[in-house]
Amino acid sequence: MLELQNVTKVFNPGTVNEKVAVNNLSLKMEDGDFVTVIGSNGAGKSTMLNLVAGLWKPDSGKILIDDIDVTKMPEHKRAKYIGRVFQDPHDGTASDMNIEENLAIAARRGKKHTLKWGINKTERELYRELLSGLGLGLEDRMTSKVGLLSGGQRQAITLLMASLESPKILLLDEHTAALDPKTAKVVLELTDKIVSQNHLTTMMVTHNMKDAIAHGNRLIMMNNGSVLLDIKGEEKKNLTIEDLLEKFNQTSGQVFASDKALL
Amino acid sequence: MPFINALPGAIAQGLVWAIMAIGVYITFRILDIADLTVDGSFATGGAVLGIYVVNSDGSAGSIAVGMLLALLAGLVAGLVTGLIHTKLGIPPILAGILTQLILWSVNLTIMGGRANVSVNGNLYPVFIRILNSGDSIWKLVIVVGLIIALLYLFFGTELGSSIRATGNNLKMSRAQGINVNLNKVIGLMLSNGLVAVSGALLTQYQGFADINMGRGAIVIGLAAVVIGEAIFSKIVKNFALRLMAVSIGAVIYYIVYQFVISLGINTNLMKMLSAVVVAIFLGVPYLKKTHLDPILKARKEKKDASGGEDNA
Ligand SMILES: Nc1ncnc2c1ncn2[C@@H]1O[C@H](COP(=O)(O)OP(=O)(O)OP(=O)(O)O)[C@@H](O)[C@H]1O
Ligand SMILES: [Mg+2]
Repeated sequence: MLELQNVTKVFNPGTVNEKVAVNNLSLKMEDGDFVTVIGSNGAGKSTMLNLVAGLWKPDSGKILIDDIDVTKMPEHKRAKYIGRVFQDPHDGTASDMNIEENLAIAARRGKKHTLKWGINKTERELYRELLSGLGLGLEDRMTSKVGLLSGGQRQAITLLMASLESPKILLLDEHTAALDPKTAKVVLELTDKIVSQNHLTTMMVTHNMKDAIAHGNRLIMMNNGSVLLDIKGEEKKNLTIEDLLEKFNQTSGQVFASDKALL
Repeated sequence: MPFINALPGAIAQGLVWAIMAIGVYITFRILDIADLTVDGSFATGGAVLGIYVVNSDGSAGSIAVGMLLALLAGLVAGLVTGLIHTKLGIPPILAGILTQLILWSVNLTIMGGRANVSVNGNLYPVFIRILNSGDSIWKLVIVVGLIIALLYLFFGTELGSSIRATGNNLKMSRAQGINVNLNKVIGLMLSNGLVAVSGALLTQYQGFADINMGRGAIVIGLAAVVIGEAIFSKIVKNFALRLMAVSIGAVIYYIVYQFVISLGINTNLMKMLSAVVVAIFLGVPYLKKTHLDPILKARKEKKDASGGEDNA
């Protein structure tokens, strides 16, 4: 369970560049919730995810993961609760290390790094199995450097890494945006599979309204650092793009600006 | 044949510097930090060993303790740079320069205000010495081999892997719960520990420690790294073999150094030559990427296009 209580984040406070990126935002996600997050550029989506992950500390408000107050916990300590996949496929993996080494590091997320050997035989077998589950043939390339893989393959591995230690929260920030449409589709399907198999509480930012509607059990739209729309349950299931646009126009009193979101 | 006669000496000296180069490899290649602390910590290692040995009973045991103290001093030097970088948010290059400057004063203080300390091989049972390069060589080969083996094991552990990840991708490392600041500090300590050991060995080999012995050490270390990589990078992928390549790079550096000297070139020019070598080796891959690759790519595309027509 993830809870944000009146969270505010201001960048460059007191300067001409002052920007309230997240504004008194409150949100509660139940276990197993899969929330898709949409909103125009600069709406504060990434900032919200980064606050949860601990990249920034909020200026005010609280963040709770399973009732543990993580507001002041440093990023690397919080990582034990959180799996992340980034927009840039290069960000999620160590490209000079091979596939199994990357997975082994992810398997030790939030644990002490000891002088024990960095990878053992049993886990190697587990990785082989999990990789073959991706259906990309990566199980035969476990000792290849990740740097040699395509963006889609990297994202698939990053997803696997994020889910390895059953995180309490999975954060996906436009993790298919850098991929071609076909690969994006594969990675999205994989996302659904991994999320449902591991029953992961997930937040997925996307600029694609269709994806936001087709995936997850709840959809929030952000605007100016706040949650503008929060659609769940039956309403989410039956949601269409037209509904969404109409709701947006009603609530915000403005016409939806981003054409990109329509794609 | 002065060059041939000087060859064993060059090899021994190269092997001493190989340990220093391995230290540089850890920061420069694994952590992705250009650490200039080494110019200071190299001399620190020499000063600590020298002063300890001449002020103790001068037994073989005191040499061993002196080596250990040199290692410790190097670890502390790395710790200082690491803390300046991670706790004060100062870029690593500058952090290294600051520590290097601190060490200049520290090294002079250690040596009692003098610019050098003599560790006469006739008075003390030194581990290696210039008068016995042959013996020194095989002893050093064993030491370097041992260091490579230990590092190979270390960088295969959970901690070692997390340090490699830290140098490779900070964002990923943090997301995977790795304390990247701690890892940078550990890497810097390890590196400078090795560098100080190298300085302590050179002190024994040449029979004295000198306040200037580490000046430009970073460039020699980098030269060894780039020479080793240039010769072996295509064939060796294994970590231990890479460290071995770096060590051989250091030996080659000193052999070439001797050769150039035997040609009668002014030794004052050697530092400049070393720097130019490093600049070329580090610069060529970049120039290849920015200038040559686009040309080759364009040519290949053209060829592919015309090839397609031929087939049609
Ligand atoms: N590190 C930072 N320093 C200063 N301002 C920032 C920083 N990160 C984000 N911002 C600002 O905060 C606001 C929200 O940014 P954020 O990245 O959260 O938006 P977003 O909803 O993810 O947008 P996009 O769809 O473009 O990714 C923007 O105005 C942005 O310029
Ligand atoms: Mg964003």
